[in-house]
Amino acid sequence: MGDKQDKKRGQAHAGISRRDLLRSGVAGAVGLAAAAGALAGSKPGDAEPKLGGAGGAHAQGLAGANGDVSPDGFDATKFLKTFDYGRVSTLPDGQIQREYEITAVDREIEVAPGVYFAAWTYNGTVPGPTIRCTEGDRLKVNFTNGGSHPHTIHFHGVHAAEMDGVFEIVGPGETFVYEFDATPMGFHLYHCHAIPLKRHVHKGLYGAFIVDPKEGRPEANELLMLMNGFDTNFDGANEVYAVNTVAHHYQRHPIEIEQGELVRVYLGNMTEFDLLNSFHLHGNFFRLYRTGTDLERYEWTDTVMLCQGERAVLEFTYDYPGKYMFHAHQSEFAELGWMGIFDVKPRTLV
Amino acid sequence: MNPHDHEDDDGAEASSASITYASDAPPAGGAPSDGAARSALQGRMALAAKGLFPLLLLAGLLAVFVRVGPIGVFRAAFPPIEELTFERIAFPEPGLVRVHLVNGGPEPVTVAQVIVDVAYWEHTVVPDREVGRLDDIVIDIPYPWVDGDPLIVTIVSSTGVTFTQEVAVATQSPQVNRSYVLTFALLGVYVGVIPVFLGLLWLPFLADVSQRWIDFFLSFTVGLLLFLGVDALEGAFALTGQVASAFQGVGLIVLGVVGTPLVIHAVGRVARGDSAITPLGISILIAIGIGLHNLGEGLAIGSSYAVGEVALGTSLVFGFLLHNTTEGLGIVAPLARSRPSYAMLAALGLIAGVPTIFGTWIGGFSYSPTASVLFLAIGAGAIVQVILVLGRSMGSHGREGLRGPLNAAGLVAGLIVMYATGLFVAA
Repeated sequence: MGDKQDKKRGQAHAGISRRDLLRSGVAGAVGLAAAAGALAGSKPGDAEPKLGGAGGAHAQGLAGANGDVSPDGFDATKFLKTFDYGRVSTLPDGQIQREYEITAVDREIEVAPGVYFAAWTYNGTVPGPTIRCTEGDRLKVNFTNGGSHPHTIHFHGVHAAEMDGVFEIVGPGETFVYEFDATPMGFHLYHCHAIPLKRHVHKGLYGAFIVDPKEGRPEANELLMLMNGFDTNFDGANEVYAVNTVAHHYQRHPIEIEQGELVRVYLGNMTEFDLLNSFHLHGNFFRLYRTGTDLERYEWTDTVMLCQGERAVLEFTYDYPGKYMFHAHQSEFAELGWMGIFDVKPRTLV
Repeated sequence: MNPHDHEDDDGAEASSASITYASDAPPAGGAPSDGAARSALQGRMALAAKGLFPLLLLAGLLAVFVRVGPIGVFRAAFPPIEELTFERIAFPEPGLVRVHLVNGGPEPVTVAQVIVDVAYWEHTVVPDREVGRLDDIVIDIPYPWVDGDPLIVTIVSSTGVTFTQEVAVATQSPQVNRSYVLTFALLGVYVGVIPVFLGLLWLPFLADVSQRWIDFFLSFTVGLLLFLGVDALEGAFALTGQVASAFQGVGLIVLGVVGTPLVIHAVGRVARGDSAITPLGISILIAIGIGLHNLGEGLAIGSSYAVGEVALGTSLVFGFLLHNTTEGLGIVAPLARSRPSYAMLAALGLIAGVPTIFGTWIGGFSYSPTASVLFLAIGAGAIVQVILVLGRSMGSHGREGLRGPLNAAGLVAGLIVMYATGLFVAA
């Protein structure tokens, strides 16, 4: 940080700039003041601490957003494990069809306790519903635009151009049906692709799209985490960072997992404005499957960095019980809300 | 304004009350002059009614507006404009940051979160998170601030609007205790009282020079005051950006600069009646003017000292003494041909110097940009009044006034001395 620059800017607080002060002869007073202090029997400097509040607030765990969000709104804890498998039917040729109803709605959401954001949502929440299917399924997504602006749904995956949700803009009150086969297997995303793209994304039109491999993945405690941020004052930078929208939610409400159980995190990055986001796991390492498109692990690590729109599948098991943090390894994002805790419960003996 | 009208404003209600009682009991005697008195009173009542009529209509309209609400076209779909203004960020003790805020905007603002150095932090708000228009709040943040480091506080409102203030150097704020009160008082004594008294010692010198040269030194004083006045005004304008918009920084300046000389003038006129102003009267005015200016100067010293922005240095002390001693010369210049008592001289010195002490206390313990703008403007206004009085007195009795070559040179010399001693201060 440019020290001199900051100090210059900060001088406004004193009310009168240093130059003005000097000119009106005020600064000279200080030498006298020091002398006066000495005369008074105590140097003013004595009272000044070298480190304000050493061992203070952090030790008491005071960092973090104040209070809690309304219980009537979005439940980020529930959202972790809520997967939408759609209305399932079998087509004449034996293919499984999953049908989804998605409506774009303008809605005010609580992104940090007491902080409300005028969002554009899919089905009323940010992120939108987590669409989950198996590779090769037929997907039919009935999209209705109930919002005030033109929107689309752009699914990541392999499909026909007219199903890509880019040129087929859906105006307010209009509908569109997206139909395609779910492929390839992996962890994907969907989001609005109407322009200006940046605005439609940061206002909240995105969600997770999981395509399970036909043979399935090993049984695990599965958690969906979409890293995101909110520019509440529209200055082109995020004031709030989180996984699944609510700042510090999993710090206030730690995610309970069991010692020894396999945990699988579907981690995606839908943060706007910042080029990168990351995930760091405390007291453990995880197997990393980039984009989840391969069942061979890519890396054995404790930190992964994802670009905007990138995602990965993480698998890990805790050997020891206790509370473990997970957060962005960009400290700034962590302290602006992207911080959570895994509460590892001791294994129940059978 | 006609003094008769003026009286009417205050007297109207009382008079109408008494007339009602009188007419309630007409049979109980009825003095001969009753009719005449009654018509006079009726005349005054009619006048009052004429004056009050538009106000009554306005009150009625406002009542309807409050009851029914604004007309539809006034409403807008976009969110209200929110405004919170930082009055002060204090560091009362290690591990605690105290933020004073005022809502100077048109709508209530709800404080939802606080970010310190780009991290959300827990905090308490007194008295309430919902801040009404013109209300102020205090937020206590248990944050481990680091002495000497910059600090940034951001308030996030319920609508996501942010208000940010940076502190250049975090340092322990002075507390109201014996040690600090004494320190600030001594600061004020050195800055305001001692230099002024030193300047008063020029009186014997002035007593021995000719009228021409006395006028030169009076012009010199005008130069000094002009410099100080512009300095104070510049300081006031520089601060207006930090004043909550509802408190209208520029409005306060107009009030201070125009109102102060008029009030001082009016008070002076009432005090001495119709007699012309004496040299002592002029000196008292100058002392008051410089005193009010020094109050503003004390504010600046106190607040800068409080936030650790003032540096130390012998050369600065030296320059400062030079700079402010000239103020004492200004006070005694009109008294060159008088024989003021020592007590009177001391009183003049105290009038001019002691406000500096109050200034350092106010600035050090409860700095507020709003109060500072007002004090600086009052100081500038007081100086305007002094310059007017000095200019007028020097132009009377066949003296040349400020346009005389020697006097003009004196004025410019005053400006140059202020500038030059200012250079020492900035060294």
